[in-house]
This record gives sequence, structure tokens and C-alpha cells, in this order.
Amino acid sequence: MTLFSAEHLTMIFGGLMAVDEFSLELKGGDLIGLIGPNGAGKTTVFNMITGNLKPTRGKILFKDEEISGLKPNAITRRGIARTFQNIRLFQDLPVIENVMISYHGGLRSSFMGAVLQTPLYNREEKEMHAGAMVLLQRVRLADFASERAGALSYGQQRRLEIARALATNPKLLLLDEPAAGMNPQETQELMDFILKIKEDFHLTVLLIEHDMRVVMGICEWIKVLDYGATIAEGTPKEIQNNPQVIAAYLGEAGGKSIA
Amino acid sequence: MNKTRDRILTGLSLIGLFAFLYWAKGNATEYQIRLLNNAAIFITLAVSYNLINGICGQFSLEPNAFVAIGAYTSALLTMSPAEKQISFIIEPIIWPLNVISIPFWLSLIIAGVVTGFLAFLMGFPVFRVRGDYLAIVTLGFGEVVRVVANNIQSITNGPLGLKGLVPHTNLWWSFGFMIFTLFFISRLTKSSFGRAMKAIREDEVAAEAMGIRSFRYKMMAFTVSGFFEGIAGGLLAHLITTISPVLFTFFLTFNLLIIIVVGGLGSTTGCVISSVLFVFGSEALRAVEEPFSIGPVHVPGIPGMRMVIFAIILVMVMIFARQGIMGRGEFSWQRLIDVLRRTGGRLRSRA
Amino acid sequence: MTFQMFLQQLINGVSLGSLYGLVAIGYTMVYGILRLINFAHGDVLMVGCYFAFYAILIFSLPWYFSFLVAIFLTAVLGIVIDRGAYLPVRKAPRISALITAIGVSFLLENLALVIFGGRPKPFYRPPIFGKVIEWGDLHFLTLSLWIPFITVVLVLLLLLVIYRTRTGMAMRAIARDMETVRLMGVDVNRITSITFALGSALAAAGGIMWALKFPQIEPYMGIVPGLKAFVAAVLGGIGNVIGAALGGFLLGLLEIMLVALMPSLGGYKDAFAFLILIGILLFRPIGIMGEKLPD
Repeated sequence: MTLFSAEHLTMIFGGLMAVDEFSLELKGGDLIGLIGPNGAGKTTVFNMITGNLKPTRGKILFKDEEISGLKPNAITRRGIARTFQNIRLFQDLPVIENVMISYHGGLRSSFMGAVLQTPLYNREEKEMHAGAMVLLQRVRLADFASERAGALSYGQQRRLEIARALATNPKLLLLDEPAAGMNPQETQELMDFILKIKEDFHLTVLLIEHDMRVVMGICEWIKVLDYGATIAEGTPKEIQNNPQVIAAYLGEAGGKSIA
Repeated sequence: MNKTRDRILTGLSLIGLFAFLYWAKGNATEYQIRLLNNAAIFITLAVSYNLINGICGQFSLEPNAFVAIGAYTSALLTMSPAEKQISFIIEPIIWPLNVISIPFWLSLIIAGVVTGFLAFLMGFPVFRVRGDYLAIVTLGFGEVVRVVANNIQSITNGPLGLKGLVPHTNLWWSFGFMIFTLFFISRLTKSSFGRAMKAIREDEVAAEAMGIRSFRYKMMAFTVSGFFEGIAGGLLAHLITTISPVLFTFFLTFNLLIIIVVGGLGSTTGCVISSVLFVFGSEALRAVEEPFSIGPVHVPGIPGMRMVIFAIILVMVMIFARQGIMGRGEFSWQRLIDVLRRTGGRLRSRA
Repeated sequence: MTFQMFLQQLINGVSLGSLYGLVAIGYTMVYGILRLINFAHGDVLMVGCYFAFYAILIFSLPWYFSFLVAIFLTAVLGIVIDRGAYLPVRKAPRISALITAIGVSFLLENLALVIFGGRPKPFYRPPIFGKVIEWGDLHFLTLSLWIPFITVVLVLLLLLVIYRTRTGMAMRAIARDMETVRLMGVDVNRITSITFALGSALAAAGGIMWALKFPQIEPYMGIVPGLKAFVAAVLGGIGNVIGAALGGFLLGLLEIMLVALMPSLGGYKDAFAFLILIGILLFRPIGIMGEKLPD
């Protein structure tokens, strides 16, 4: 039962081919990795899926509905959530409000109801608050609930990003370099965390990463991009030994080891 | 957070305020009453303007346009047919305006609805752009409104404007509406809808990614701002009893901009504080514009110096204290009590 | 409308358009490198006129010298504004820079009001510009020919600077990527100040010619031309100097044509520019020659 499929996704920016015929099919429960040297087009693929970019060519289907060309908020409401490579939290807002905002889409009260603080609205506000606290506890940020999001440490901010993505109640979660800037211990915790939430929340996960420990450690299937084209795909073992992949990475000055 | 205690304290303050207003009606001079009315209307305008600018983060320069629309709408509806005949000497006013004359309260509601509706229509082209462009487009709209008001003789009476309005606006109206505005806007800001607006301000791309339809909430902020600014315009018209296009230039928007920036963009409390400072400060600074003597030294007045000072204040605040007075913080009884306790504690330990 | 009348309006339109174009160039250059709409630009124009006025009046300098002095002083003013007000908020969020620009604009207007007084002052029109040329039914001042001529000369000089000097190259590079240029060791602040100086000088030139055409100056004279020049810059494609000049010409022509063809709508001509702006932003935000989308 296909949850998601991208068919021949292509992105051309004024003559530059950023992504060339990217195709992907996902079933519920998959954990797929997207890797490649810097500038290979990985985030561009994400941006096409989430509606931030309109694909030049190609189709995206989610739960049997074509979503290519929809606005980002519409795509999120259909069940695809993402985190950002360079953290985009709501800096001046308290940590808990960063998560509560993701619940706003499900609000049934009208704005008059909110102003008058009707019983319905009060109940919904309580539920949003409670739900947000539960998620914050899962990412171990509950103690920081009323702190300004901008005051958190880098690692904490990354966790908050994941929490608020989860709050949108997604079926497909796109993580853009979630381990960036983490030390080995945090990285291991992150890997465990991703596996756990995938199970608890019945998620499908698509993950961009440079840290090969994470990719090889938890992904079931990996796609490799280079200059926009898919140069290889397969299980972690297959990718590790693929000469084209090795060449692509070594071609990058100071490329990370892929073993 | 003790909700009951907060409610009691707020209730007591309101009673106090009304007691003061009642006393003022009987005992304050006309000059003082005018100042109080001005303060209330400016607070209303600043708090409404802050919704689209400070809370939702959309830098708009619209207030003079919306205040004008509200003022003219309300005035045209309350003026008696006789009054209209006298005023419209170049071109008679069109039907049905020439026969309509409705009660003040109704004219205010209609003024608010009309302005809100125009804000809604404007939103479609306006929110297609961001940042600097949003500012220029809304500024341009203000200009369009002014030019139109100057030219449609048969509706607005052109440059002659409207005279002889009944001074309906008294302390009850201005402060009453101010309290309603404060209540409505602070409730909206604290709610989930307010959060959505703040999210858009903080990072629109991220807000969209979390499912927020940013266009919808920008519209909401803009329309609500328009509604309240329009009614404030109607109140203003019936306070000064004469309106013409020259009253609604960018000057008004600029004053409101200074107020909300100095108060702290995004803080309703800040708007209240700085509006009061502005209205009373303006009056105090009037002294700078009149000639005065310090002992044997006679200083000639410098007209226009007030605005120079305000402009300098604005630039200084932007360079050195961008947060303004309150930053993004709001007033709460809890905070006040904490501050009082701490000060009390410090005084006691010194004794 | 006869051909003669059309020609007359064409000359008026080109003349007006040149002025818009000169001022628009200043906006577009500053926006190109700083992504900032210099709200104070129109007021800089006004100050330039007052500099010229007082140079003639108080120092009794011959007019051509006064104009040059005024342009020079206005360029200095541009640098002062950049260094004093905009540089400190360079790192701040965009809204702060915008608010600062508005503050500077207001400051200039009210300082002018306080120092020079609000009453309009008559601007000296040298005889060379004041001669009336008659050609059939056409009447126009020699000024109407001088204006486009001087504008074209100035624009060509500017293009020379932008495309043939190292400073100009730096300006173009900064417009594309300020950080990288900074990392390459270029003094970005110096180039920015030069950009402001050039833009302000052009605004002063435009302002002086405006004052020659409509020989009255007052503190608020820069506001409306400034806003219209901004529309012209957007029309031509913000960030593009030739576009700004073209946008200016186009706007001037359109405005004159509107009044000529529909005189009853004459009172609305100031609103016209804004309607054009809304139209552009709705249908073709890039503008005529635009490369970058207004962001």
C-alpha cells in the first residue's frame, strides 16, 4: 500500500538542473535516507515535496492524492511534516507555544470564540497545551516550556523542531539533517529517538543526513544524489560498497568517510 | 496564576477608572478633558495598529487611510441634511447621503464595518508582497485615499471637508471604546489566533510548514485593525467636529509608528504606556515651540521643533533600544505584584 | 487631440519622466546593495534644492557653481545618513532599517521646516533655461529640452562608473552577494557610502531641475516625487539602473498622457502612480527589466 510516491520530479532554476528525475515510493513504516555531497539537490527535493518549490516537471502523490503544486500549509495539513536544515524556530515565543502552534490547524473554535473564551475554546486551549507538554516530555524539553525558544542550546532547538513537526500529526516526516552539530552521544540518542517515534506514532520517515553513522545505522534503504541525479540506491551495505558513491563523495574536498 | 484574583483586580481598576472619569467630567477643565479624550483615542489607534505591525509582523503604513475612511463614513452618516446642504456649496452631496442622518452609535458601527471591509479588499493585493513593499503599498493607499477625498466633491466635499459635526464624543465614548479595544485585542493576541499571527511574524516559512495559512491570518489582523481604526476615526471626527483631507496625512501614521515602536512592537501594554507618554509629552513639548524665559534669558519659540525631537527619538530608539519600553512583554497583575514585593523587600532590608 | 498637442504633451512627459528617472536611480541603487527602500531619498532631493537656493542667495555664487556645490553637499548628506543612521542598523531585522529610514525622512522634513520655514521660496531660474521656444502651436521652455539632455548625460556617466570602474564593479558584486564580497576584503561600508553619495547627487540634480521647472521649493516638496520615483524604480525592475531610468520616463509619460486625455481626472494624477504600483506588484512584480524578485 503506497503511502507516497514522487514520479520524475525535476527542478530547473533558470538553466540549472538542480534535481533530475527524482523518483521515490514509500510505504507506511519505511525509513529511507537521502544522501549526497553538498549541493546535490537533497533539500531541493524536500522543498518540492513540502510545497516550498513548484517542481518544473513531475508528480507527487500522497495517500493517492496529487499534491504537487499545493501550498506548504495545505501539504502539512494532509499529513507531511518537516524539520529545517537551518533551524527555523519561532525564536521569541516560549518553547511550548512553538509546539502549540502546530495544533492551531485543528482548532474548531472561531476567532470570536477565542476572544470571548467560550467553554469550547477553553477546552481546546487546554488540550493543545496538554498535548504540547506530552511532546515536550518526549523530547526532554518539558522543563523549558516557558523559556524563549531562542534561549535553548543548539541540540535542544533541534529537538524542539522535531517536537513541533510531530505536533502536526503527520504520517510522513521529513527530517533535514537532524544530527547536524551533534556529538556522538547525542547522535546515538537521536537515532534511538527516531526509531522510537517512528514506531509510537506510526510514521514513515525520509531523512537527509551527512552523518553516515545515522544513515547506515537506521535507514532501511538509501538513495544517493549527485548534481541532482540519482546515482545509486540500495540497502546500506550495497551503498557502502558502491564505487560511484565513493567517487562522488571523494570528489568533494574533505568529504566525510562513508564507512 | 490566580485567575480570580486577577479578575477582581482588573474589575477594581475599571471601577477606579470610571470613578475618575466621572469626577473629571464635572471638575476637569475643557483643555484637560480634550487631552484625556486624545489619549484614549490614541491608545485605541496604537493598540489596533500594533496588531498588524507588531503582533503579525506585517509592516503596514495604513492607519491614516483607515482613520480617514472611518471618520468620513461616520461623519457623513450623522450629519443632518440641513447641515449637509450648508456645507456642500460647490457640489451637492449625492443621494442617499443627502437625506440620511443616523444615530452616532450606529454610524460608528457602520464606519467600523466599512473600513474593515475595505481593509479586507485591500488585503488581496497588499499581502502579495512583503517587507518594504508592503509598507510602500499601504503608504500609497493612504495617498490614494487622501487624493480621492480631495476630489470627490459630491461625497466628501473635497478640500473644504465636513464641518459642524455634533461633538458626540465624550469621555465615556472614548474610554469605553478604548477598553473594548484593549479587551478584544489582548484576548485575540493571547489566543491561538494570536499565536498564529506571532508565528507568521517570527518566521512565515516555518509557520506555513506547521500548517498555518499565513494569508488568512494576515487578513484577519489587517481587517481587525481596520475595523478598530475606522471606529476610532469616527470618534475622532466627532471630537474635533471638523474634518478635511489634510488631517489624514502620513503624519498621523508616523505618530502612531513612533508610539508603537517606542512602546515595544508587539506589546499591547507598551502601546498604552507610550501613547500616554506621547499625548502628554506632545503637550509638554509645546512649550519648546512657544517663546519662554529662563530668568533673564529669553528663548524664542521654535515651531516644528516637537516633530524634530520625535523623529530623533525614533531614530535613537531604532539604533540603541530597538526593543522599546516593554519589548514583547505584557502587563500582568502577577508581574506587578512581583515588582512591588521586590521593591518592598529592598526597602525593608535597608531599614 | 492634434498632433501638435500630442507633441507638446510628449515633451512635457519626457521632461517629467527624466526627473522621475534620476531620482528613481538613487532608490534602485540603494535597494540593489542594501535591500532597503531609502524612504528619506525624496527628502534628500528637497535638501539639495535648499542647498542650491542658499548657495545663490547667501553666497551669491553664480548659478552653475551653486548647483554643483549643492549637488556635492547633498552627496555628503547621503553619506552622513548612511553612516549615521543606516549603518548602525545594518545587522538588525529589516523592519528596523525601514523604520529608521522613515524616521530620517521625517527628521529631514521637520528640520527643513524649522530651519528654512514652511513658506515656499521662489527658486531662481537662470535665463538660459527660461527662454520660450515657439514652433507652430507649440510653446515650451528651453528647460524642457535641457532636462532630458542633462539626464541622459548623467545616466551615461553613471553607467560608465558602474560598468567601467572598480568601484562600480564592487557595487555590482555587492548587489549579488554582500557577504562574499566582504570576505574578499572589500570595504563594503565604503562602497555603500559611495553608492549613497552617487544616488543622492543624482537626486539633487533631479531636484534642482524640478525646482527649475516648478520654481517653488518647500520642505515637503520631495515626498510625492520621491514616492513616484520609487514606483518608477519598481516599474523598471528594482535594482536595475537602466530600468529605473526607463521606468521614470514611462511613468512621466503615462502621467502626462492621463491628464491630457482625461482632464477631468486630473486631480487624481498623484494617485495614478500608486495604482500603477499595485498593478505591477500584482501582475509583474519583477518589473520591465527586472532580474530579482522584490523579496
